[in-house]
Amino acid sequence: MTAAVFFGCAFIAFGPAFSLFIFTIAKDPLRVIILIAGAFFWLVSLLLSSLVWFIATKATNAQDLTLQKNLLIFGSIFSVILQEVFRFAYYRLLRKANEGLAAISEEDGPPLSVREMAYVAGLGFGIMSGAFSMINTLSDSLGPGTVGMFGDSQYYFITSALMTLALTMLHTFWGVVFFEGCERKRWWVIAVVLCVHLMVFSLSLLNPFYVGSILPVYAIMLLMAVWAFFSSGGSLHNITLLWTCRKSNTETSS
Amino acid sequence: MKSHAMCSNMVRCLGDGNTSLQKLATSIVFFFCLSDVSCNSVEQKIYVELNNTVPCVRLLNATHQIGCQSSISGDTGVIHVLESEADLEWPLSKGPNPPYMVLLESSLFTRSIMMKMKNESNRVAGVAVVVPNTSPPEFSPHTTCPNENTGVYSDNYGPNLAHCNTTVWNPRGNGLSYEEFDFPVFSLKEDNETEFIKQCYLDHNRAVNGSAPQYPLCAMQLFSHMHAVTNTPTCMRRNDINFSINPEMVCDPLGDYNVWGSIRPYNDTVFGHKENESVVIAAARLDSRAFFWEVSTGAEGSVSGFVTLLAAAQALREVTHEAPPTRNILFAFFQGETFDYIGSSRMVYDMENGKFVIDLDNIHSVLEIGQVAVHSGTNLFLHSDPVSRRNNTVNDEVREELFSSFFVFLLVEPNVSQPLPPSSLQRFLRAQPIPGIVLADHESAFNNRYYESFYDNAANLNLTYPSDLSPEEQLEFVTDTAKSLTDVATVVARALYKQAGGNESLVNNIKADPKIVTQMLYGFLVSSNNSWFQACHKHTGRYGVLGYLGLHCFVFFCLLEPSPPEYYYLLANLTGAATNLTQSQCQKPDELPNESRQMYSYLWVQGIVPPNSTERDSFCVRASVRLTKAVSPAFELGEYASKDYSTWTESRWKFIKARIFLVASRDLEMLTLGVGVAVLFTSLLVTYFISTKADVLFSSTREPASAAY
Repeated sequence: MTAAVFFGCAFIAFGPAFSLFIFTIAKDPLRVIILIAGAFFWLVSLLLSSLVWFIATKATNAQDLTLQKNLLIFGSIFSVILQEVFRFAYYRLLRKANEGLAAISEEDGPPLSVREMAYVAGLGFGIMSGAFSMINTLSDSLGPGTVGMFGDSQYYFITSALMTLALTMLHTFWGVVFFEGCERKRWWVIAVVLCVHLMVFSLSLLNPFYVGSILPVYAIMLLMAVWAFFSSGGSLHNITLLWTCRKSNTETSS
Repeated sequence: MKSHAMCSNMVRCLGDGNTSLQKLATSIVFFFCLSDVSCNSVEQKIYVELNNTVPCVRLLNATHQIGCQSSISGDTGVIHVLESEADLEWPLSKGPNPPYMVLLESSLFTRSIMMKMKNESNRVAGVAVVVPNTSPPEFSPHTTCPNENTGVYSDNYGPNLAHCNTTVWNPRGNGLSYEEFDFPVFSLKEDNETEFIKQCYLDHNRAVNGSAPQYPLCAMQLFSHMHAVTNTPTCMRRNDINFSINPEMVCDPLGDYNVWGSIRPYNDTVFGHKENESVVIAAARLDSRAFFWEVSTGAEGSVSGFVTLLAAAQALREVTHEAPPTRNILFAFFQGETFDYIGSSRMVYDMENGKFVIDLDNIHSVLEIGQVAVHSGTNLFLHSDPVSRRNNTVNDEVREELFSSFFVFLLVEPNVSQPLPPSSLQRFLRAQPIPGIVLADHESAFNNRYYESFYDNAANLNLTYPSDLSPEEQLEFVTDTAKSLTDVATVVARALYKQAGGNESLVNNIKADPKIVTQMLYGFLVSSNNSWFQACHKHTGRYGVLGYLGLHCFVFFCLLEPSPPEYYYLLANLTGAATNLTQSQCQKPDELPNESRQMYSYLWVQGIVPPNSTERDSFCVRASVRLTKAVSPAFELGEYASKDYSTWTESRWKFIKARIFLVASRDLEMLTLGVGVAVLFTSLLVTYFISTKADVLFSSTREPASAAY
């Protein structure tokens, strides 16, 4: 659909992730490393789950469409579970690494708090997940044609980008919440994150009924944002503090 | 194509699901699509590739370029199915979504419509012509006066006969093949793909009650970018630029091989004039063309002529072994005659310069077989050149020997002052006044209603087979067309024998074989992949594209040794003799005492499969049949702007394809871009704000390290 759509969808899907990267991650090399490693962990989880799906499809009849669709759903659920497992594995890895980093660091104590690592790890998962969702579609959006010949909606590209944006942010928030839950040994948090992830996946099955899939996903994203804010040390008091600080700043400066 | 089926299953399964499904699918699609080239599920939702299309390509000569050109990244246009000539004003002026891709039925593929579109070519992105299975009443895209500048008639020679002043040979010609279009023109068959295109147009592009059709609209993109421009001297100069290790060629001279054979063999290494040698040349042309690339069969235009000559050559084989005539008979099949007589001009040039086994002075007379598909009646016309007939000695020879040689058909001599039709004989006459006759089924203008068109096919010759025959049975079935061509071949063979001074009493024994004629007609017009062609050929490989001038330099590569064409093997089989040589002896016959490669060609042919075995009965054929290069002398001499010789070249291209898809409105695209930019800026601002105030917002980040871990 030409360059306008390409850039538009690229900005929608990767804009927030890009700005988060520039302002919070890029300055600190340690954060960059944790981001990349997080992306790698997500990638490995996808690879393993796709291997399972691949073997399953090769072992069955390729012509049976309902069976293939069911296999796909099964494979995706397995992938969701595996992603959360890998998130937990990454948490354990980072905890171990944190002790080592604390030993060699110049400051007293670990250079990164668990909360920061949680956020960076979540963002790493989100960026890689977004890339895999969107890059393929983006490359096709460069051509002159748009989706719709076989009955699909012509808003395919925009909705793909919006969904990718939501997913990236969701992974970030899940990372924060998940690590915090593991820290505080609240294992029900892990179960909730898994369930929400599965819920988002099943909402995406409703496509192309975009009203039924995108709006609920964004609602879930807002809820997760609030939860992540509170679990990473924010509170309403801080927000009011921010507001009054700004007010007093503007008063004093004017 | 199992993986391809899986990919398309993926498309349906996915719907356009996102998140985990799409991630999973993308990785899997990537995973096992390493073996499958095009397995992109989103691309399959957007584009439909059109596979049965034929483009029109660009050809250049000394002064002009003709044909069609697209831009380098393809031309996209909104599809419009043209209903009548008046409907043209929608794509040309009224339609709100230019440029348009006009889809024409073949009845609307006329000169006036194409010229109108050519004049408004900024609103026309391209044209697609739907070619039906049944032919229109008449259609000829060639010019009305074929080869008018390279024939024998000019301001110096018969000026009142030049440029078709007395006889217009192809009155139905609309000259479309020689126009230049700067948009691509493709042809589509009448099949499911075309139905799909029309359905797409009806669903999306129809204007309802005069209002503009709503986006998304159905569009087509055609790729046929041609590398050569302007004319032949320009493109040949650009061929020679040596900037890199792999120089890019932009055009290739048209040319292939002429095939010639003779009753008595000639030593292939001794060229020039031969003392006391008098030769009768029997000529026919091999090639034809059409508006689109490579789809020409030329049934009436060329196949009728050369099949007749091949049958006559076969008919003469026995009698010339028993009672050889005084003069030699040389059968010459010229390639490239459509494009300003490439083959015949090259042979005449070789004869003039002592590069051929005989010389122009050795030629006694020429008999050329033109278009001889005798449709109605039994008239054959003997055309001759009025200007050279005025010379008395030539006149006598023409009158007495040639005209008296014919029987069976009612042979008529057209009006004395009528010029020769376009024929290879004209090139011989340009060099030297030689007595010659062109045999044709038309008295003045051509009877062929589809001269040099893609409709000049088996149906034009009324080649029909009963419907219940298998392909093998069709190959053997003697059609009426074959019978009439066999009669013509008999006449030609007898005339040639008498011309060559053979024994008069044996003339009546010469008869052409209808079985061979019908097999040849089947092979050249219906299916070239038949058992007889395979038996005559040396391997069951491709048979090349018959009719169209075979270039042995294709898009990227040049074949070092082009495979010899069908006619070569046929002529060898029909006039040569089977020998007992083994395959290795056949490749090196000079080691044997009685065989000489200088005098004969030795071909290893597959032969037929005997009824009770699976191995083919291959054998070695020895024939005095040769191939000679048929590239215009202009390219040998380097005179790319020559007015005397053919200077036709064909452009090169990288790829040619066509596809259809939906296009979205500009508004939606701009909306997407706007939303994207807004999201980017908002997220930059918000992130900056939050990161600067992070210590306020997330106040418990600075907890001491002794928190419980």
